[in-house]
Amino acid sequence: MSEAMSHKRPILLNTLIYVFIILWVILAAVPFLWTVWGSFKVEADFFSRESWWNAIFGTSTVRQTGEAFTGSGYYGAWITRDFWRAAFNTVIVTICVTAISLTLGTLGGYALARSGRNYSFWILIAALVFRAMPHITLVSGYLLPFFQLNIWGVLPTSIIVLVAINQPFTLWMLHSFFLSIPKDLDESAMVDGCTRFQAFRMVIMPVMWPGLVTTGLFSFLLGYNDFAVTAMLLSADNQTMVPKISSFLGSIQESGNVMFAVAAVVSATLPLFILVLVFQRQIVSGLTAGAVKG
Amino acid sequence: MPHKTFFAFILPSLIAMVLFIALPIVSVVVQSLYVSHEQVMVEVENCQPFGGCSKELRVDTEATAALREEQPLGRFNGLATYVNRAHLATDELGAILASDRDLGTKMAQILNLPFYKALIFTLVYCFVVTPLAMALGFAIALAVNALPKVTKGPIIFFSLLPMIITPLIGSLILYWMLSPNGILGATIQHIFNDPTLSLRASPALTWGALLTYGVWTNAPFSFVVFYAGLQTVPGDTLESAMIDGASRWERIRYVIIPHLAPLATFVALVQLMDNFRVFEPIVGFSAEANATSLSWLIYNDLSGDSQQFGSAGATSVLTILGVVILLSPVLIRTWREFKHKAV
Repeated sequence: MSEAMSHKRPILLNTLIYVFIILWVILAAVPFLWTVWGSFKVEADFFSRESWWNAIFGTSTVRQTGEAFTGSGYYGAWITRDFWRAAFNTVIVTICVTAISLTLGTLGGYALARSGRNYSFWILIAALVFRAMPHITLVSGYLLPFFQLNIWGVLPTSIIVLVAINQPFTLWMLHSFFLSIPKDLDESAMVDGCTRFQAFRMVIMPVMWPGLVTTGLFSFLLGYNDFAVTAMLLSADNQTMVPKISSFLGSIQESGNVMFAVAAVVSATLPLFILVLVFQRQIVSGLTAGAVKG
Repeated sequence: MPHKTFFAFILPSLIAMVLFIALPIVSVVVQSLYVSHEQVMVEVENCQPFGGCSKELRVDTEATAALREEQPLGRFNGLATYVNRAHLATDELGAILASDRDLGTKMAQILNLPFYKALIFTLVYCFVVTPLAMALGFAIALAVNALPKVTKGPIIFFSLLPMIITPLIGSLILYWMLSPNGILGATIQHIFNDPTLSLRASPALTWGALLTYGVWTNAPFSFVVFYAGLQTVPGDTLESAMIDGASRWERIRYVIIPHLAPLATFVALVQLMDNFRVFEPIVGFSAEANATSLSWLIYNDLSGDSQQFGSAGATSVLTILGVVILLSPVLIRTWREFKHKAV
């Protein structure tokens, strides 16, 4: 459709479209490219008082280190300030959150999609309300009980909390995904003598992976991007990357090591870049599936 | 599906949600009714060899610690936390409204109260960012739809980045560029020819930066959803509109927008919910002097040495009420549809 129409489009409109898109891509991409580039410079360049050309050519970087690029920010963040530990914690948290969310969500979403009773409708509505709760309001409810039970500060607590916070969304996504798998499939298996669980395991599980990958991506993003829960529920030793960066900021600005934080920020962005690069199609289809069906 | 099987399947998920979403809400309500204990004071007689004796009040640290240990919630305070200066500030509000100053001063005074300051920014952020981001997303979707196929993949890749980025990290990246020594901050100072202009010094610039960040990070979601919607616009309808002599704009106005309207409702709902909890950008931009949000207030109460659970609880309850009000049109509509179906 668009190809056929583009022949008739006036040149002025075409130019306008191209200019607009180029502007948008610059707006979306340049902040990242700028920060990645700047993270290999010294502070006097990236935060240059004289001219931002310094950040491009690395004038002070050459003067201070002898080369146009330096990895000192990365060394400072990862080695001196133990960012590797935070990265390791993030790996544990995101893997566990994604795996547990999907396990619980698949079972629940499947049940909701096949039940069709009133209470399953109400569970979905309750999940919608829960989905809207600001995470920090829930966190203020956790702190006191967690102090009392003495489970504050450790990774498993945060993982379980993130799984729970993630459940409403996971249930909705997988519910609408299972609705798209024909009922006849598992029902015919049950006619052949399978129990509900056997039907789920042998008939549904082999065909559910596309939906699972899409939902898993968003569970991963929730665990990875979270700040409210991990900042309040983890002790300083167990911090994941995002709260670690925020606790960097206060101490670093005084000691003049802002570049540590810049390097840490770039390091934490890289996995997201790769994720979008590899799973672009699934992310887009996940966003639209929720919209088109919900 | 029999009840038993249904609950066997959904139980783990349900337990997680009840334990970690429903119960905390109850816990927050309970907390909001209590305040931490005051320090236990004891009267000590202080006698000096020649000075005689004097009585003074001292803090009994041991007794205070023991009391706090015994009743961690604190003492019952009723609704007093809700109406104090840090929250609804009913007394202060009454005094301000009763005073005979002009409306502008009154507004300024009200917006100086912490809760109202946070509330107004949260609402402005919600209701400015959401429509602007949707409009920008729609414009990008229309433009990308008109491009040749090969360019679409890379453009979608770059467009997804502002949305997928960790909110705290995204706002830090923009904050560094906007700092007085950063590329954008220096340029802004140059344009306005004012070397003192900075995020810290200018509330207007802070608000502008936060709202810009909001549009930047929210637009891609609208773009992706509207772009997918555009692929489903019926070609026949468009063609017949063209034969009837509809201009490009009229085709967008009378064919495409009505077709996308249900999607727009969905996008608006999701983005309003997400924007109402705006929080990380305020930390990332270090904006708390010029702009705070409800979520930030709670975070501020909870972090630091003296954690004020009562105060955080009261703000949380008020925030949850806000969410319910925001969601009420959807809930009422769902309820009506449900009743309709039942009858």
